[in-house]
Amino acid sequence: MSLVNKSVYELKNSLEKKEINSVELSESLLSHSQKHNKKINAIISFNPKLLDQAKESDKRRATNTLKGELDGIPIIAKDMFCTKGLKTTAASKMLENFIPPYSSTVVKNLQNAGALILGKANQDEFAMGGTNEHSYFGNCLNPWNTDYVSGGSSGGSAASVSSGFSPLSLGTDTGGSVREPAHFCGVVGIKPTYGRLSRYGVISFASSLDQPGIMGKKVKDVALTLELASSYDNKDATSSNCKVPSFSKNINSNIKTKKIGLLLPEDGIETDIVNKFNDVKNLLNKEACKLVPIKFSYLSNVACVYHIIASSEASSNLARYDGVRYGYSADFSKNSAKDLMDFYSTSRAEAFGKEVKRRILLGTYVLSSGYYDAYYKKACQLRYLIAQEFKKIFQSVDCILLPVSGGVALKLEANKNNVEKTYNHDWLTVGANLAGLPALSVPVGFSSNGLPIGLQLMSSHFQEQTILDIALNIEENLQVYKKQNSFCS
Amino acid sequence: MAVKDWQVVIGLEVHAQLSSKTKMFSSDSTEFGQEVNKNTSPTSLGLPGALPTINKKAVELGVKMGLALNCNIRKNFTFSRKNYFYPDLPKAYQISQHTDPVCEKGYLEIFFNGEFKKIAIERAHLEEDAGKSLHKQGATLVDFNRSGVPLLEIVSEAVLTSPKEAAEYSRQMRQLLIYTEVCDGNLQEGSMRCDCNISLCKPGEPWGTKVEIKNINSFKFIEKALEYEIKRQAKALESGETIIQETRLYDVKNNVTVEMRKKEDAHDYRYFPDPDLLPVNLTDKEINSCKESLTELPMQKIKRFIKDYKLKAEDAFLIAQDKKFADFFEQVATKSKNFKLSYNFMMGDVLKYMNEEKKEVGALIFSSSQLAELISLVDTEVISGKIAKSVFLDMTKNGKNPLTIVEEKSLKQITNEAEILNFIKESLKNFDKQLQDYKNGQVKLFGFFVGEAMKASKGKINPALLNKLLKKYLDE
Repeated sequence: MSLVNKSVYELKNSLEKKEINSVELSESLLSHSQKHNKKINAIISFNPKLLDQAKESDKRRATNTLKGELDGIPIIAKDMFCTKGLKTTAASKMLENFIPPYSSTVVKNLQNAGALILGKANQDEFAMGGTNEHSYFGNCLNPWNTDYVSGGSSGGSAASVSSGFSPLSLGTDTGGSVREPAHFCGVVGIKPTYGRLSRYGVISFASSLDQPGIMGKKVKDVALTLELASSYDNKDATSSNCKVPSFSKNINSNIKTKKIGLLLPEDGIETDIVNKFNDVKNLLNKEACKLVPIKFSYLSNVACVYHIIASSEASSNLARYDGVRYGYSADFSKNSAKDLMDFYSTSRAEAFGKEVKRRILLGTYVLSSGYYDAYYKKACQLRYLIAQEFKKIFQSVDCILLPVSGGVALKLEANKNNVEKTYNHDWLTVGANLAGLPALSVPVGFSSNGLPIGLQLMSSHFQEQTILDIALNIEENLQVYKKQNSFCS
Repeated sequence: MAVKDWQVVIGLEVHAQLSSKTKMFSSDSTEFGQEVNKNTSPTSLGLPGALPTINKKAVELGVKMGLALNCNIRKNFTFSRKNYFYPDLPKAYQISQHTDPVCEKGYLEIFFNGEFKKIAIERAHLEEDAGKSLHKQGATLVDFNRSGVPLLEIVSEAVLTSPKEAAEYSRQMRQLLIYTEVCDGNLQEGSMRCDCNISLCKPGEPWGTKVEIKNINSFKFIEKALEYEIKRQAKALESGETIIQETRLYDVKNNVTVEMRKKEDAHDYRYFPDPDLLPVNLTDKEINSCKESLTELPMQKIKRFIKDYKLKAEDAFLIAQDKKFADFFEQVATKSKNFKLSYNFMMGDVLKYMNEEKKEVGALIFSSSQLAELISLVDTEVISGKIAKSVFLDMTKNGKNPLTIVEEKSLKQITNEAEILNFIKESLKNFDKQLQDYKNGQVKLFGFFVGEAMKASKGKINPALLNKLLKKYLDE
């Protein structure tokens, strides 16, 4: 029996019935992913202790001492999540050999539920990028067509789930980094409400926007995992103590009378996506949802606001990588550093990639005295207005349906040397981050050239259940997951 | 022009380590003197993904000090990042406060040069300390035990007018910090450090460029460093040089200040609100509970002592220096009802004993009631002041009640006139010549006779009565 491509619930069931054990499952997924990883480069490092940990899980099962609902199930974590004893690189030369002495809270929570770490996923360096072309460890390719990008920054997490490496993966979403690769690779990806999942131990890119996210092939798997990963964390000052609902038990595809705002911009959306949007609209109409076309006034500004704020925070968050205590340190054995600044700048210049440097420079610039008011402060003011507008919208609708992106996965190097275009690419996803709202991407079909298409659902703060329910309904109706890419076998 | 022709203005930044057991943004211990890098965690080491959380206790201590400094307390405030690279700063930014400090616009009332004076406080804000660089065998090593330790930076207005006043201001600031238990005030351990800003001008002209002297941890050095700096700047200005804005360090060994960095090397700190921390919102209840936790402050005590115990301002100021000592005085004064005698005894014999024996108030074996009893014995002329001193010394050794000591050693004053007269006669027996000299006009010998009579009585005769009766006896 092939264990690749099974959902979490199917695997749970098989494990419970003792049709399989965790060692078999782990061996199967490990050899599958090691075989195909050479072609798509979704994984940076595999967990060398996976099989030992699977054995432990099987022992627990034999003695009825299971840890929790995910016991024995291998998952993949983006390399932004600190994993105790396992290299955590942020896909950067800077942290190429960094082994954290602690695990992020989200990883811990899932390990406490019994999940095993299969490997660490490729990504854009420090989660900066939307194509996974900015990794020190090379591009992660789209499993549906390797001439195309997997999306980013959580490209490895999306591509590996899409290719059956594991039924689940963890990503991070600062401006769409979970939803966009989920859309590009045809998987479900949720970025919950800011504060729902702890950021502790997740390498920071832009603290006020960063939120861990979950990817899977099936909506129910994602709902269960979100529930297990969530907890109030006193180590993260921005963690919410809002009660965690049982998303997995409450999930319900009956979405009758749900009010859904339809946000389909007139320009900038490819026909294939417009068509899918309309298909889903008709579907929701049939499901007796109330559909209201809506507008969002700031669509042309959100990317600017986002990049100013994200880069500002990043310039400060990444300053700790100075080569002094850990991480890459330039070799001064032959010619010693001129001074302290020379030491810092040489180490940083040699270890950070081009995109990371660009954002650090941009952020440093907009925070500098004389520019702060014109850029950073103004962006914060606009951010407030953006959040207010969403608040207003959610007074009359339960959820917003909108595209994740204007197009499907890009060809490799499509936007090379066009920074403006690259930065504007996030215009449909960054809004949720700026306002801290939950949003997910759910697969709805394929483009004429065979690449996946996902659509985005957003709801108001802590209303993840709403978008999970609607996503489940779409999933059950369309059954897009039945079509698999060539790496799944 | 000479130094005295220049007008001086000084502003002080006092960094006080808050007496919290844990750091400002992590749960690491703040215990001093630990093994190098023991008091650390992913957060205080700035490891990837580690996050800060706000120490509520430290915030409360900051608010408490703000209230003691008569500041406005901001109910809603934020923490900001101050960005700069340095090996002892693991995140490459210090979490501090920028535009919205928790405390603003207060004053510290000091007693200086015989006068009460209010020194305006511009602000006091919370922040974390950096680690400590250790230079050893040609290498620089960093100890992060101090990294993240909670500090309150108290910034005065530029209103201090002399090095002495600046030193006195910081001394009295330390006293307030200790009184309120906001900071232990330990200067050797660096619990309190000062940055001094100073500028000069000719009377009537605008202030000159300011120079900062950083990181001084002694009142004496504050005074000396500022004195040197005044001389240096006056000399430079008089020879037509311009003062450049810079940061200097005080070289204790050579008693000079030396350049640390110039203004043009100064960082653009790119302050912005720390996105890892939510704004703090204090409730009225929380602020009130800080208010309630404040006991009487030194200046309140000084003023009350002047009023209640009729002390001179100077005396009240002196005795209020140490809270426990002042409390002890107050108990003695209240119980004995003789305020002046209580003051004199506390500042005389008690203080001398404590200094000699290096004892704190808490370690004294006699109680305030016992000391009050001793003072009452003097007050009611049961014993003389001189005898009281010896009784006191006995009390410090055996802790017995003064009356018991007086009785056991029969030290009661002799007030019976016939008895006194006997002592006089007895003691003068062998001094016929001196008596003759006295009668011939050598009146100075009176003191000698007093001494002899006292000696004979082992110091027990009531001195006033002795004077009276001896005079009468000699004049007859």
